[in-house]
Amino acid sequence: MIKFLLKGLLRDRSRSFFPVLTVAFGVFLIVFLDAFFNGALTNMYNATAHHQTGHVKIMTQAYAAEAEQSPNELALLDLADWLARLRAEYPEIIWTPRINFGGLIDIPDQNGETRIQGPAAGLAVDLSAGSPEIGFLNLEKSLVRGRLPTKAGEILLAEDFARRLQVSPNDTVTLIGSTMHGSMAVNNFTLAGTVRFGMAAMDRGAIIVDLRDVQNALDMQDAAGVLLGFFADDAYDNQKAEILKAAFNAQYQDTADEFSPVMCTLVEDSGLGSYFAMASSAMFIIALIFVAVMALVLWNAGLIGGLRRYGEMGVRLAIGESKIHIYLSMLGEAVLIGLGGSIIGILGGVLLGYWLQYHGLDYGAMFKDSSMMVENVFRAQVTLNSCFIGFFPGVLATLIGNALAGLGIFKRQTAQLFKELEN
Amino acid sequence: MLKRIILGICALGVVLGAVTPIAEESIASPAAAAKPAPQTAAEILQRIDDNRLSDGKIAVMSMTIHGRRGDRTISAKSWQRNIQDSFTEYLAPAREKGTKMLKLGDQLWTYAPDTDRTILISGHLLRQSVMGSDLSYEDMMEDPVLANNYNAAISGEEILNGRPAWVLELTAKKDDIAYAKRQLWVDQERFIALKENLYAKSGALLKTLDVNAVMQVDGRWLAKSMLYKDALKKDGDGTSVVIESLEFNDNLPETLFSKASLRK
Repeated sequence: MIKFLLKGLLRDRSRSFFPVLTVAFGVFLIVFLDAFFNGALTNMYNATAHHQTGHVKIMTQAYAAEAEQSPNELALLDLADWLARLRAEYPEIIWTPRINFGGLIDIPDQNGETRIQGPAAGLAVDLSAGSPEIGFLNLEKSLVRGRLPTKAGEILLAEDFARRLQVSPNDTVTLIGSTMHGSMAVNNFTLAGTVRFGMAAMDRGAIIVDLRDVQNALDMQDAAGVLLGFFADDAYDNQKAEILKAAFNAQYQDTADEFSPVMCTLVEDSGLGSYFAMASSAMFIIALIFVAVMALVLWNAGLIGGLRRYGEMGVRLAIGESKIHIYLSMLGEAVLIGLGGSIIGILGGVLLGYWLQYHGLDYGAMFKDSSMMVENVFRAQVTLNSCFIGFFPGVLATLIGNALAGLGIFKRQTAQLFKELEN
Repeated sequence: MLKRIILGICALGVVLGAVTPIAEESIASPAAAAKPAPQTAAEILQRIDDNRLSDGKIAVMSMTIHGRRGDRTISAKSWQRNIQDSFTEYLAPAREKGTKMLKLGDQLWTYAPDTDRTILISGHLLRQSVMGSDLSYEDMMEDPVLANNYNAAISGEEILNGRPAWVLELTAKKDDIAYAKRQLWVDQERFIALKENLYAKSGALLKTLDVNAVMQVDGRWLAKSMLYKDALKKDGDGTSVVIESLEFNDNLPETLFSKASLRK
């Protein structure tokens, strides 16, 4: 039966070509858009986790309340104890402390006087050999000039920032900041290298310094602003993060002590939860609209086909084929068209998606003044889900369209058939 | 008043230097009581300036910052000449010891001995707090002569800390003054502000100053102990400033007030 239907479709191009093309185009759009959204979300998750929040983040409650200001005076103290405890209790998580700080980078002239200054957004991380931070921040690949810091007193500057300040590796730069007690802190560093993060927000004025150097510079011995936790596979899992958070907060959070620690998840801390929900809703709406529009288009195609095949249906009824059989054979044809169109659409969407996944699209110019933590090169992400989300609506739309168009068969009157055929 | 005291104290850095410049005639005739009683708000303001400003002085002071995580005390010695210039050296704690600040007119430098760098404090750095206190570097940079910058009006009289005081409302004469309005409670006999509220142009309260103790030096009544509070800071209980010693001296060496002295 399927072979018979296929033959009919292949031999009568007017029955298959346009519907298959329509379905293929719609499915292609759905698959590609899903890969696009996946890529955008993954990009955001990774960039946010690696540069800002980790998969989970621990800080004091007081710090958390003003976290957007990076209030280091409210930092987590007894850092070494906390790290030891966390690594013992949650060995499956990679724990790493960080300090976010602001300040000025001041470049001296030959007399030690200020030659040029620029505002800097500082990030202090563990830069010792083997530290996971080097991978999280992709420092080795981001290096433009010089090398990574290997000893105390060395610093990395964003390449664009370094060029603006007219400094090169091995030059002395002075960091002017505030200690955790609010005093002015002035410290000299040697520029080890420059990096380009591919994020406009960071490339404008970021500096990366080893945690111990910043602890000394900002009078934050055995303290850190935040303690980040990353899942071992470096993939964010909201469910796991929520379970971890609930367990940690139940054990350590003390609402009466503002300096007791509190844990929050990436989604909570970054506000990406709303993006994720929005993207999921957007995909659902897009699929729904696709099904509705495709169904309408294919319904119309079916009606036109029905008119064209009016005589054929009449003959088939006249020679004794039941209405329901004709109707089912039409639905069978629809399923075959849907399958064919969906497969072609999925192939097209997956191919373009993979292309964008590997080659990427540099849209950094659009974000040059942005403070969003997104990478300048956008990459799609094709998943198996992308195929499913395109396949089912593709088949469904064809089926619904033909089911509606085919209803006309049941209105044909056998008594009228010969009269109609005579015409 | 805050400004006066800040400048008079030259505090913790610049504050100390900016606090107490004095007019020459005030030194010659320090006893305020010898002058006829002022009749207008402008005359009161002038008497306040005359009382607290001097041509030169040396002060040692301590500043205790009552932070959210406890108290922290910083001490400094400051030399101030005329109304505009000051030199301050931090004495304690160990981390701050040796840090120096120089204010010459409208420019302010800090010197960090660890880095051997002299940094000009300008732009947004001026809005930073002095050593984490409730005072900012901007406070130190203001013209200390109230009569130059404000129009005054008497809005009432009160008894404050057992002392009869005028309540003065000061309104800035220019737009670029950090505090558009000030409210001062001025001791009617000693011409020292016992309390001060500083407001933004919008009317928002920015800072408060309460004088807890006064002292008489060479016939002038000056604040000995005071509490500054940044009203915009949600945390902490303000900053206490205590003048440990104060000496008027019109013959401070010229070399002290130079950038070269920062590295000595």
